[in-house]
Amino acid sequence: MGDSDATTSKAELDARFTELYRAHLRDVYSYSYYRVGNHHDAEDLTEQTFLQAYRHFERALRESGGRPLRPWLIRIAHNLAANFYRDRSRKPESAIEDAGVISSVHTTESLVEGREELQSILAGVAQLPDDRREALIMRFALGMDNREIARALGRTDGATKVLLHRAIRQLEGIVAAPEESQA
Amino acid sequence: MTSAAADFEALLREALAPVEPPADLAQRLELTLVNLTELAQEELEAWELPAMRDPRNWVRPVAAAVVGTTAGTALVLLRVRARHRARAAGSGSLRELAGRTLQDIAEETRRVLPDR
Repeated sequence: MGDSDATTSKAELDARFTELYRAHLRDVYSYSYYRVGNHHDAEDLTEQTFLQAYRHFERALRESGGRPLRPWLIRIAHNLAANFYRDRSRKPESAIEDAGVISSVHTTESLVEGREELQSILAGVAQLPDDRREALIMRFALGMDNREIARALGRTDGATKVLLHRAIRQLEGIVAAPEESQA
Repeated sequence: MTSAAADFEALLREALAPVEPPADLAQRLELTLVNLTELAQEELEAWELPAMRDPRNWVRPVAAAVVGTTAGTALVLLRVRARHRARAAGSGSLRELAGRTLQDIAEETRRVLPDR
């Protein structure tokens, strides 16, 4: 970002925000949905995320140094989700646990429905510690790379790589455990 | 990466497939961010000067002026209108209702546009 950004016109700013919104609406919604566990709250969270993003968009553009803004957007959603639980004093409902029930209209759940192995993976994801679950959502639902996830979570690239590795290993253990106990 | 690990990650990717936002959410946000700016602008332009002699007509153009500059400010209008409708049902006084609605506009504007 050069000096010209300091004088970016409002119209240009709005056009760029619209571009950002269109490019990442699905990312923000997916993240929100897997965090809060139902469509209603996911819609609220998505709306609030874009509202917050708009408030700080000009500064974010200035400070981004030309890097993609998706991690910044997801970080906003992450912070809002944390406030959401704190304000309402409740734990996340699990879209993951309820996946087969909530959403017959939903492509994702329709896909998962009837696939026991996928359902057990989703149930396992719900049991992970928050930071590991979030890292997996960012990697697999949003397709973010290590660097993007690191920026969204405020960690180093190395710490993020370790976090993802441990999350996957722990999840494999959780998924395998019931099968082993049945054997 | 072993093939078992690759298989597990493939399953994980399938289980955590991206979730499409409901169409009405996309439409609502799109409208909010893009079209209402134009609406507020048109409302301002369409407001004729003679009508402004009557103070009862000041609320709408003031709101339009407040929200007319950027797309995001349209959210102010949406939220104020929603609260206005809810309050109107329970309000006994038009004067009180108008006062609170104006206060809402100011508060929402401060919330939405602190950096602008």
